[in-house]
Amino acid sequence: MKCTALRHVGSLWCLQSRKVALGSNPELYGHCLQLYGQPPLESVSLVQFETFAVERLKLLKSVENLGVSYVKMSDDYQKKLSTELCSLNFPHRTSVKRRKDHISHFILRLAYCQTEDLRRWFIQQEMDLFRYRFSILSAKYKTEFLHRNNLKYDTVSIEEKKTLKDELINSSYGISGATIAEQEFYRVPFQDALDLVRLRKVFLQVGYAYIPHQDIVTIVLNDFRTRLSKALALTARSLPAVQSDERLQPLLNHLSHAYVGQDYSFQKNIGKVSLEQIDPLSTTSFPLCMRQLHKALREQHHLRHGGRMQYGLFLKGVGLTLEQALQFWRAEFVKGKVDSEKFDKAYAYSIRHMFGKEGKRTDYTPYSCMKVILSNPPSQGDYHGCPFRHSDPELLKQKLQSYKISPGGLVQILDLVKGMHYQLACQKYFELTHSVEDAGFSLNHPNQYFTESQKLLGGGKEVKKEVEPPQRGQEIAGSNAQSAPTQSPKVQALDKMGDLESFFLDE
Amino acid sequence: MPTSDYDPACLPDLLPLYYRRLFPFSQYYRWLTYGGVSKSYFQNREFSFTLKDDIYVRYQSFSTQNELEKEIQKMNPYKIDIGAVYSHRPSQHNTVKSGAFQALEKELVFDIDMTDYDDVRSCCSAADICSKCWTLMTIAIRILDRALREDFGFQHLLWVYSGRRGVHCWVCDEAARKLSVTARSAVAEYLSLVKGGEETVRKVVLSDPIHPFISQSLGVVENYFNKYAIVDQELLASKESVDRVLSLLPEDVRKELLVHYQNEKNPVNRWGILTDLVNQKREMSSKKGGYFEKEIMLQYCYPRLDVNVSKGVNHLLKSPFSIHPKTGRVSVPIDVRNVDKFNPFEVPTISLLCEELDKSRADEEEDGIKNNETQSAERRKIRDYKRTSLAKYIKLFDQFLDAMAHTRKGEILKKSDLQKEF
Repeated sequence: MKCTALRHVGSLWCLQSRKVALGSNPELYGHCLQLYGQPPLESVSLVQFETFAVERLKLLKSVENLGVSYVKMSDDYQKKLSTELCSLNFPHRTSVKRRKDHISHFILRLAYCQTEDLRRWFIQQEMDLFRYRFSILSAKYKTEFLHRNNLKYDTVSIEEKKTLKDELINSSYGISGATIAEQEFYRVPFQDALDLVRLRKVFLQVGYAYIPHQDIVTIVLNDFRTRLSKALALTARSLPAVQSDERLQPLLNHLSHAYVGQDYSFQKNIGKVSLEQIDPLSTTSFPLCMRQLHKALREQHHLRHGGRMQYGLFLKGVGLTLEQALQFWRAEFVKGKVDSEKFDKAYAYSIRHMFGKEGKRTDYTPYSCMKVILSNPPSQGDYHGCPFRHSDPELLKQKLQSYKISPGGLVQILDLVKGMHYQLACQKYFELTHSVEDAGFSLNHPNQYFTESQKLLGGGKEVKKEVEPPQRGQEIAGSNAQSAPTQSPKVQALDKMGDLESFFLDE
Repeated sequence: MPTSDYDPACLPDLLPLYYRRLFPFSQYYRWLTYGGVSKSYFQNREFSFTLKDDIYVRYQSFSTQNELEKEIQKMNPYKIDIGAVYSHRPSQHNTVKSGAFQALEKELVFDIDMTDYDDVRSCCSAADICSKCWTLMTIAIRILDRALREDFGFQHLLWVYSGRRGVHCWVCDEAARKLSVTARSAVAEYLSLVKGGEETVRKVVLSDPIHPFISQSLGVVENYFNKYAIVDQELLASKESVDRVLSLLPEDVRKELLVHYQNEKNPVNRWGILTDLVNQKREMSSKKGGYFEKEIMLQYCYPRLDVNVSKGVNHLLKSPFSIHPKTGRVSVPIDVRNVDKFNPFEVPTISLLCEELDKSRADEEEDGIKNNETQSAERRKIRDYKRTSLAKYIKLFDQFLDAMAHTRKGEILKKSDLQKEF
């Protein structure tokens, strides 16, 4: 459903770029790639606003993930990124999609200009994306791009190239005597080619760097980064005006905190984990936050609401069925101050709720790291949250030491914590406890931690079959042993369906 | 020998004389104002003083040459450092809103310290230097001066003796002064070839293709290597030294050389055998690289810079014409055109200079020249330093300043030519 136009948002962008809006540039979408110099001046519906933004965010998250999983610009990386671009509807052959590219970039600027961390993240992913898209252009389009954007770099004359032939061959990677004649070389002030200068990958003469056409992307990227960095700083200053629009504020907040990866709401592994495995799994495959929650639950025989939600949903993501979950929580709570009648009255409902068997289903997906770190900080008596974020560093250190983390590893983790890189700290914890140098993934969800850990440890072994619930329930008063099975016919049917579906899913 | 016994305890007595009669304030001011092209360039420059008893004061700044002179003559600093040109007067930095007080410009500087070469010189260690290892500084100056001029296009370089065991380079071009932190660190990285600390054995690794900068630098090193390394440093004489050199080579080459060295004791010949063997191996191998003999030469001779000194826009560095409290020597400019002739042990000490001053005054009185009160203090001072060993160094400094003035004039003419074209 279309909503009112957002013309004033466009004018705010104009304010930031200090350009006078002279009407849209007909040539704006003449090239598939752009430097995002001019903000979009047209109206956008709220729906499109949101869709564009979310899709670009997914794209940038993919860029981030691919950058961690593969060597940047390697063949695999490029292939996968190309697939992502298509699947998220960003191919750049038509001007319709170029418009989407343009608008979505500017929307995300609004969301990601607010803090140093957000800006850094945004710039990094946009640069990686740009690098890929520039590199796949043919030489003709690369040149066209340079001209369109007034990146007038002096071309080195043929005579000069001949004079400097040996020097050029010996300073630029991939240039040989054979290729030098056809390659265009550009003379750029060395201050504009610092990345190449730093690594001595370019020939310098009297303050100018001689850059082969193939390397011009580094220069363009530098330019891109500088411009974007300045623009974001400007955007941040104008942000209060944008945030005062109530339609935009929640969306922008949501975007900068968004988790757009797998949400683990549909598990492939339903019923594949037995309750007996949870104790050992908590030490081998749970992230620290869940390990901490599990330990607290075992020791206190209780967890408060925040802890129950965080841990309960995690276990659901791990693959516990509703039955198992009820059994698990009841068994533990009953050891404490709660008798099973109270459990059924007060706690069982919320567990069923978690599994979507009561009320609305959609909101109860296992929490992502972002959510754990940013929402609902723990208070006294709570065990939820992210230990790397919420624990006192001294206590965190002691805990990790008791888990036999090496002193060297400990230092690395604590450094990351100090730098507020909580997810990286957890990743490092993963690497140390699994004895790998590189986790091979970018951690942003506790269930992701679990899945990756299981992958690494060769999980997928035959799971022990669960012991029949009534037998376990014998500790509990007899009458209550009925309560779990009473809703079971419907529930079991649904779970069976779950199993069937996972049977048909690709591994 | 123009040393004259220097005793650090005399410094408090000598400094007042030095600052009153010898320190070239007007040239100094001329330097740091850079032709007055930028208003408040001098006023916003930070100086720092190290006073008696190691008291260190930062954020000193001055409005005029006179103010600078008076303050220095009052404080008699043991050491003067120069920092950056800031957005506001450094002496008022506390009154500026935090975050607004920024370092804006500064010369690009390099600091080469002999102690960074301790692992590759056998004649001295730590603070000691001798004529043998001083060659390392000569090599450093030649290599860096060439690179900064020919590769980076800088023209106005002031090389200064640090006073004890090293040299500093002040790159004063306008473009250099405006460089960002990132740019400075990129330049320093470009110029760095020797990497690694205590733990690293092989500190230089060369691969194909060899960048023109490296080839040029090797050319310089090769000119000095035989005399400096083989003869003076006796690189291949003692077993210990030979072992250290050979530890930079692959196992098979090392073994073969040890065999040869049993029969050949002459270090010059030994080096010849080494280079032959390495070249042979490289020619026969299909693999890239294998420039071991070049790596050895670079590891033993190539300049070692502290990137951190060069990186920071706000980094403070010892001022030219400052005194080194431990040696008494003046930080004098080095004549790069005659760099091979520079001898750190011939650099005047403050005690020598004061002696020369006294002597010249005595001569003056003998000659009946009256100390005319109406003569400007300035002219008296000029006569003063001209009578001492400091004269030739101040002349060098003047030449440096003239060259910069010349460039500035050229720029102004160019600009006005362009405007005339309208």
